Amino acid sequence: MAFHPAPRRLAAIKTVVFLLCLLPFAHLVWGGFTDGLGANPLEFITWHTGDWTLYLLCMTLAVTPLRRLSNWNWLLRLRRMLGLFTFFYASLHFLTFLWFDHFFDVREMLKDVLKRPFILVGFTAFVLLIPLAATSNNRMVKRLGAKRWQWLHRLIYVIAPLAILHFWWMKAGKHNFEQPIIFGSVVAVLLLLRLIWALKKRWKERVLLRGAA
Amino acid sequence: MLIKRQPDGIDLPFPSEITPRAIFESRRDFIRKLALGSIAGSSLIEMASRAAFAEPGVQRLAGKPNPNYVVPDKPTAYKDATTYNNFYEFGADKSSPARYAPAMKTRPWTVAIEGEVKKPMTLDIDTLLKLAPIEERIYRLRCVEGWSMVIPWEGYPFSELMKMVEPTSNAKYVEFVTAEDKETMIGLRRPILDWPYVEGLRIDEAAHPLTLLTLGMYGQVLPNQNGAPVRIVVPWKYGFKSAKSIVKIRFVREQPHTAWNVAAPNEYGFYSNVNPQVDHPRWSQASERRIGEDGFFAKKRPTLMFNGYNGVAPLYSGMDLKKYY
Repeated sequence: MAFHPAPRRLAAIKTVVFLLCLLPFAHLVWGGFTDGLGANPLEFITWHTGDWTLYLLCMTLAVTPLRRLSNWNWLLRLRRMLGLFTFFYASLHFLTFLWFDHFFDVREMLKDVLKRPFILVGFTAFVLLIPLAATSNNRMVKRLGAKRWQWLHRLIYVIAPLAILHFWWMKAGKHNFEQPIIFGSVVAVLLLLRLIWALKKRWKERVLLRGAA
Repeated sequence: MLIKRQPDGIDLPFPSEITPRAIFESRRDFIRKLALGSIAGSSLIEMASRAAFAEPGVQRLAGKPNPNYVVPDKPTAYKDATTYNNFYEFGADKSSPARYAPAMKTRPWTVAIEGEVKKPMTLDIDTLLKLAPIEERIYRLRCVEGWSMVIPWEGYPFSELMKMVEPTSNAKYVEFVTAEDKETMIGLRRPILDWPYVEGLRIDEAAHPLTLLTLGMYGQVLPNQNGAPVRIVVPWKYGFKSAKSIVKIRFVREQPHTAWNVAAPNEYGFYSNVNPQVDHPRWSQASERRIGEDGFFAKKRPTLMFNGYNGVAPLYSGMDLKKYY
């Protein structure tokens, strides 16, 4: 099924996706003003921003496989926005930790990070996201060169498993693995597809080389 | 008259229009009580004025306030205390117990008391309600997860029950077993814990005057999500030590294998006294967030040793509480 939206159509799609990505944030703002975040609003905000970081991370990682399977090349045009929203929710999630758990005491916060493996892993994932967000615009792609830019952005293959590990360890104490298993499987499939395709490509290249020799 | 019809011609009520089973059943209960009341000749007006009937399904149970057991802190809002619960039998989310627990039937209900006692017995809930005068005590509740509440409980010291069953000299610990109702407890389907939920205390902890056999809160019988019809409340320990919806109390020789301790021994010790100096492996226990009070613009409040109940310190004299966490 071929679907190639015209530029104006694509702009509309992008606007809709942008607004949809803002909904979870709007939920927090709305809930905050209407007493709708439950008995422990700070905990709700922490979990909600963490969950949405993972959802958006999965969606960002899904773009390339979906594009390949559907031949919808325009999907690529949504990837940057999804990636930046992943960073947006990750930043909010980190902010809740710094604010609600440590009340902006950075030294105390860092002590906590080093002391607790599950926080260290999450914190590392967040820090690694920063250079990706910072080099997401066209100018930075040009400055780095497509090759180097691509290499840098492969960091996401490290970040995603770290984020899953963070979530997994957070739930481990209560033996509640249902959600970590779901998120973990989705990320695993999305990364495995890439691995399979990369191996196939390499194998094909080798066959071609041999044919040429 | 305007009659709304579904386009497919099938009229099905929205799920939200169906009366929840618990409310439906409590209405029958109400009618029965009303009938009984009139047969017994008690004044209907008096019955109707009782808070029990102002809120269907919630029966009044107000103990005499005990001035020795109050805290200066403001009690938590009833709504927060009854909608933000850990009761894993009814699901792992905080909001699940309020949703699923009302379906559990709490009558008839019996509690079997067995093991190292001279008089083992099975008591039904009405006997338990009359076993000793009910008093109201306002306790702090500190959850191991780092939040806290202040709750007025209705009950009497657990030692009253101990007097009745007479533990033998072999009884070193008390084990509390929670109900395992496969029909309503949807959380039992998942092996989060080794069901049924088991908690336990050392016998001197159980006999301590603070340990409250609890049948109500906020002047009413316990809502199901808070452990109806009978639970234990041990205010100087993290909340999970206070077993809910108890069906069995066993006096035993050996330290019981308690649910969370079995599930994650490095995170949840048998003692689990509130202790700001002993961190949970995944977070600090030095401070806590009071539900309904500590918000965006304040630091979390410091957690107190033994949750502020320093009177229990002699129970642990000579013990390394870092080792026996």
